Amino acid sequence: MMMLKVDNLVVRYGGITAVDGVSLELEEHETVALIGANGAGKTTTLHTISGLLKAAGGKIFFQDEEITKVPAENLVARGVVQVPEGRQVFAKLTVEENLRLGAYLQKNKQVIRANHEKVMTLFPILQERRRQAAGTLSGGEQQMLAIGRALMSNPKLLLLDEPSMGLSPLMTQQVFDVLLELKKQGMTILLVEQNAYEALTISDRAYIMETGNITLEGRSSELIHDPRVKDAYLGGDL
Amino acid sequence: MSAEYIISQLINGLRLGSVYAIVAVGYSIVYGILRLINFAHGDIMTIGVYIMLLFMTSTGMPLWSVIVVSVLVSVIVGVLIERFAYRPLRSAGEEATLISSLAVSTLLQNLLQMIFSPQKKAFYLPDFFTQQHQFGIVKLSTMNILTFAAVIIMVIALTLVVQKTKIGTAMRACSENLDASRLMGIKPNQVIVFAFAVGSGLAALAGLMLAGEYKTIDPLMGFVPGLKAFCAAVVGGIGSLYGAVAGGLVIGVAEMLFAGLMPTSVTAYRDAFVFVVLIVVLLFWPNGIFGRSEGRRS
Repeated sequence: MMMLKVDNLVVRYGGITAVDGVSLELEEHETVALIGANGAGKTTTLHTISGLLKAAGGKIFFQDEEITKVPAENLVARGVVQVPEGRQVFAKLTVEENLRLGAYLQKNKQVIRANHEKVMTLFPILQERRRQAAGTLSGGEQQMLAIGRALMSNPKLLLLDEPSMGLSPLMTQQVFDVLLELKKQGMTILLVEQNAYEALTISDRAYIMETGNITLEGRSSELIHDPRVKDAYLGGDL
Repeated sequence: MSAEYIISQLINGLRLGSVYAIVAVGYSIVYGILRLINFAHGDIMTIGVYIMLLFMTSTGMPLWSVIVVSVLVSVIVGVLIERFAYRPLRSAGEEATLISSLAVSTLLQNLLQMIFSPQKKAFYLPDFFTQQHQFGIVKLSTMNILTFAAVIIMVIALTLVVQKTKIGTAMRACSENLDASRLMGIKPNQVIVFAFAVGSGLAALAGLMLAGEYKTIDPLMGFVPGLKAFCAAVVGGIGSLYGAVAGGLVIGVAEMLFAGLMPTSVTAYRDAFVFVVLIVVLLFWPNGIFGRSEGRRS
């Protein structure tokens, strides 16, 4: 089943066109990476899909239903959930409260408990830290919390914005291990990353974005050897 | 100048400060979420008082039900103001809503003058409220006691709501990061309406306390106390519940000590003095006493 279809998306900030005709697709259970340099329009694309920004043109479909104009707060219930750039956990709230907010719309207590358990199994560190203010967590722990919080809402499509940003190589590895685990469990993931190598390693397919356009797309296993990708994003010959 | 006199001024200050505290909480919770200084907030107080007067004089309703009606009407007015004067302007930036709130304030003051005349009106509460009680050297009216009790109940109730309920957690989340809250499925408008409702209801109660004390009311009576309550919220650290209460008490006590202890030739400047207190506090604590230093990302 087609999970997400973005058709010729255009997004503008005032007079500046940040996203200029982007089209992309995600099948169910697929992990797709959106790779590009800073300012290429990746985050803007993601924010428009999740409904934080309004599209100036083009259409977005989720499970064959148009969601172009659906605001973020109404998309969560449908299963489109974003893990925002820079974690954006609620620093003054406890870890537990952050997780509870992830399940804000979930009324079924059993589902909440089951998801809670799932998150705690995936991130045992959160169990230890559950009474601490989220702001006291390390960057890596905050990223775990941000992903855990998103999983509390039972997502069908997980949108991840730069999960490795500002993390140590060790933490980056841990975060990508978790993503791999989620992928194995059948989650559909759209991953925005500057860390092209890691993103191409765990994804099935990838789109390369440059100044508001998709310039290249294909299977990740092929793109990782593509000379154009190597030169621009993987630091030449590795 | 006797110690008794100073103590009685202190008590008066705490009483006035309690009223400021109740109004300041309304400023603070709305500011916490919207970064909006709602200058019409003080006038909601006036509306509450006029509704009370209207129902007290024209119906035989018991006082408690008049208070309930007044609080409800104030809540509705506050929510309508948000819906029609602030929400459409929200995407236009914080300055636009700020100016809109000044316009709403002027509009409410003029509407009240047109409907009820600009003249002062007598506002008498039953003897029960004005009855004096002696506690050692301290004399308090029933109204004073109720005012202190109201602040304590408000702090406990709001703490419980903010810490323990879903809407309270959503409020804290929204005041920290509006976009991330939306990504949780929190509808900011629901939280904003809730904040305006709570603030407006509290303002109506504060209006009752103020009117009961001064025994006269007029259509402009809420504006200056509203500004002082705003100062209180800033002094305490705007966005903070306890800060608003602490700020209210500080401003109230400072104002009454100034009015009571300074020579009569300068006591007319008590309003100005409150703003001097604000400036001095901000010189030393730019974020207020309980204020947070970090901004919000959204």
